[in-house]
Parts: sequence; C-alpha cells; structure tokens
Amino acid sequence: MRILLSVLALIWLAIAPAWADEDDATRAARWEELRHTMFGDRPVEGGSALITLDAPPRALDAALVPITVKLAPDAKIKTLYLLIDGNPSPLAGTFHFGPAADPRELKTRVRVDAYTLLHAVAETEDGKLYATDKYVKAAGGCSAPSSKDAQQALERLGQMKLKAVADAEPGRSMAQLLVSHPNYNGMQMDQVTRNYTPARFVQDIKVSEKGVLIFDLESDISLSEDPAITFGYVPQGTAPLDVEVRDSTNAVFKRSFDQPGKGA
Amino acid sequence: MAARVLAGFLAILLLTATGAVAAPIPFEMAEVAPGIFVRQGVHEDATAENGDAIANIGFIVGPAAVAVIDPGGSGEDGERLRATVATKTDRPIRYVIMTHDHPDHIFGAAAFEADHPTYVGHARLPGEMAERGPYYRDELVKILGESRAGNYVMPTQLVETTSEIDLGGRRLELTAHATAHTDNDLSIFDPETKTLWAGDLLFVDRVPSIDGSLIGWLKVLKTLETVPALRAIPGHGPVSVPWPSGAADETRYLDSLAREIRALIAKDGDIETAVREVGLGERDKWRLFDDYNGHNVTVAFKELEWE
Repeated sequence: MRILLSVLALIWLAIAPAWADEDDATRAARWEELRHTMFGDRPVEGGSALITLDAPPRALDAALVPITVKLAPDAKIKTLYLLIDGNPSPLAGTFHFGPAADPRELKTRVRVDAYTLLHAVAETEDGKLYATDKYVKAAGGCSAPSSKDAQQALERLGQMKLKAVADAEPGRSMAQLLVSHPNYNGMQMDQVTRNYTPARFVQDIKVSEKGVLIFDLESDISLSEDPAITFGYVPQGTAPLDVEVRDSTNAVFKRSFDQPGKGA
Repeated sequence: MAARVLAGFLAILLLTATGAVAAPIPFEMAEVAPGIFVRQGVHEDATAENGDAIANIGFIVGPAAVAVIDPGGSGEDGERLRATVATKTDRPIRYVIMTHDHPDHIFGAAAFEADHPTYVGHARLPGEMAERGPYYRDELVKILGESRAGNYVMPTQLVETTSEIDLGGRRLELTAHATAHTDNDLSIFDPETKTLWAGDLLFVDRVPSIDGSLIGWLKVLKTLETVPALRAIPGHGPVSVPWPSGAADETRYLDSLAREIRALIAKDGDIETAVREVGLGERDKWRLFDDYNGHNVTVAFKELEWE
C-alpha cells in the first residue's frame, strides 16, 4: 500500500499546480481515478445519511484546516479513510476503530495544498463503502514552513496532551489528543541551510484503555504539524488511556493519561 | 535600398519599444521628518487596479546617499518609487533595505538593480525568500501579469542582531528581531530625527496579520517601546504616528487575542470555537478585519495550545 501511495504521490506532484480553476467534471474524474486506486472495483456509495464531513469552505490557514467527521450511531463502521485529492499524497489517514471506540464524532487537522475535494469514506463491518465529500479552497499548505521555530519543535518532539472536550454532547466520553511533532513532509525548506528538511512524520497513533483498542490511525504527510485528534470512546472502566505514537523514523512515544474528568 | 528599408524598420521598432514603456509616474510623497519620505499604501489586498501598492514604502536621504526602505509591492511600484527619488534628490541610491519577506513590501526590489545598491535584510530573509519567493511571484503574476509583477532580490548584506549603515554622516540603526510579525522583521531607527521605521511590526487602521508568533510580537513591541523615537512609520496605516502611543491599538488587539484564546484553551475549547468567537470586540476598530482575524486566531491558537 505504501509503495503504491508513493508512486501516486509522484504522479500527483507532477500534475498538481494546474488545478485551481478546474470544473466539476474534472474533479469527479479525478475522484473516480483515486477511488479506483484505493478501493479497486468495490462499489462506493453516496453516504450522506451515514457520514458527514465538515470543513471550512475557504481555509484560514492552509497548513491547518480543521475537519469534522460524523458517523451515524448505529452504522457499525470499522474503518474511516480521509482523502485529499489535491495533496501530494492523497490518503491523509486511515482510522481503524476498536471495540472501545465511539466513532460518532471525530476531528483532526490537515494540510491542504491546492483547491481540492476532501473525501471521507466509511467502511462498515460487512465491507460496504460509503463516501461523502467537501470542497475546500486552500493553497500551499504542504510546503508551508512546518514551524517557525525548528529548534523548539525538536525539543518538544513527542510531547503529548490529552484534554477534555468542552462542547461534547452530554453522556458522551470524548477527548482531544495533541502530539507535538513537526510532521516534516519533505517539502519544507530549512531557513538557514536552504536545503529541504528530510521527511519525518507521524505514521501511527494508537489509543486504548487496558489493552482494549479505541482507535489506530495510520497517518501520512497530510496531517498538520502537531497532529490533533478529537475522538469519542466507550470507557471500559476508569483506567488511564494509553497512547502510542510511532513516526517514520520508527521513533516511538508512549504516554498514559487519566481519562478527562476522571483524573486523580 | 534594402539596408535603408531595414534601418527604417528598425527605427520604427525602436520607437514602438520605447513608446510602449511609459516613463514611471512619481508618487506624491509625505516628508514625515527632514529627509524622510513615505508613500502611503491603500488598505486593500493586491489587485490589478492597485498594482500591489498597498504597503507604506519610501526612502531616507542622507548627505551622500539615499536608503530606500521597502522597494514596493511590484515591479511597477518599485519603478515609480525610483522615479520619485529622482524628483527629490540627485544623490545615489546606495541601499535598499527590506523590512521582511512579504511581497507587498519587496517585489519592487528588482527595479533598483541599475543603481547597484546594497540590498539589506534580516539574516533569515534569504531562507524565507528561497522558500516562498517563487510562490509569491506566481501569485502576483496571476494578479498583475508578468510585466508588472516584479521580483524579489536576495539581500547582499545581512543583519544578525544590530547593524548600522551610513548615508554620509547620517547613520541608520538596523535591528533584526526575534520572530514576531514574521521570522525576519527588521526595523530601522534614524537618531537624527528620532524616527522609527517599523515596517509591519506596526499596523495602524489595517488589522495586523500574524505570520510569525503572537507572543513573540508582543515581546518585540515591548522592546520597540523603549526606542527613543518621537514618531514611527507603520508598514500599513498613516505615513507617521506618534511613538510609542501609536502602538496602542495594535498592542490592545494582540493582547486581546492572547487573553481570549488562553481563556478558551483553559476551558477546553477548540480551534473552531476560537475562530468563531475570539477577537470580535475588535471587529469595528480595524479595516479588513474579516479577511485576517480568523487566520490570526488559527495561527495564535496553534502557538498557545502548547504553552
């Protein structure tokens, strides 16, 4: 899968610049192609009853576009794919939900490199695929300087926070995970040496309680610097939530957090 | 015969070529202090109509030489500024000082190449230019076209901390700042007239835009307040404001962003809520507020959530 995506990345890089003014038909054709690459001949149904995707129509900061995905409560979704057509590597992330997940609402932040469609594709336990999309006007998010302070980014690398969510619906257990990581995608330049900073990005984030998985995110270079994920979960008890993050250099960062609102 | 026809043809070609390029029209400039001339930019984003003449730009005339401070927002803007210098003095342009990497301030730089000036900038300016310059140029060409857009020029003299340049007895003090409006802000102080050329470290009337660090900017403002200046020249706003009182609005706006975002983060509020709610008390106090406040809040939230 990764090799295939790298090849895709190169093709996308080559054609990306000309996209700003394309029409609906061109966008639909591109999605057809990407869909086929991702899911082969499996049918992907319009899924607006099951899945919604929200993002600002015009990004305020192309390097940090907040997105929200909502899934119907009884939909039995096991996997969620986030795709960004116009990005050098279109698959931004794949969320695998575990037994302790409450996948009704999920938020993260992504980089957007060109005016593009974002897609959320949900896969049910019985293998059906449902998709929805949203058009976002943003440009330059992938080559935007990752951090204004590379030294600080390095010192803070791998630090994490787990926070409560102020506007969570009553009765839901939700939390926001923040991971400090510059998520270098290989397209940013070192300000001093003027060489491209080698890619180093978060590839995997697992959150669980007492060994019961909440979610496992396979991520890629399209996640924003300092990845942030707001997720719902079904408490298995009052044990801490265990977070394990691995990046593309195989560095592993682990932390345990008291459940928000249940801290000692 | 053939030669004569060819010569005539060439003459016509030459006339057409020179006729097509109209001589740049000098600006009306304000002399904000003896020898300091400023052209006020309009409070708009770059359009084909305004030619990206949206920043305050100008020059300082010394006994032996001229320093241009911010060469303009496009090739056209730079050429007009260069023509304006010639209406005020016949002393040579020895320096082109660039206050930071944003195109509305520096894309006129190439218009001064015939003067062979020293191009001066912050030590981090070349890196920013290398990374963003081509992108800025593409964007500006889309708006103005190839012939009007101009281009950036790499600085030939870098300022790491502080430095001085001498215009023949008139010394200018240059200070390279820590990350604030951008990560390559340079300010200029003229002790002779006690004038601080603040560049985009100071916005007046037009809402500030953060491309560096909110907290860093507030810190730099505190330092600048101690500069013994009578007046400051903002990067956007009037051609001159009293100093340090002229920074009051900007400090209040940036302070309110920091205070409101920190309060929201303490209550576990998220970035979407921040974008909807933060800074609204300032909305009727600034031009272009709706175009930039959401961006500022996004950038500042990202910075403050890791405090």
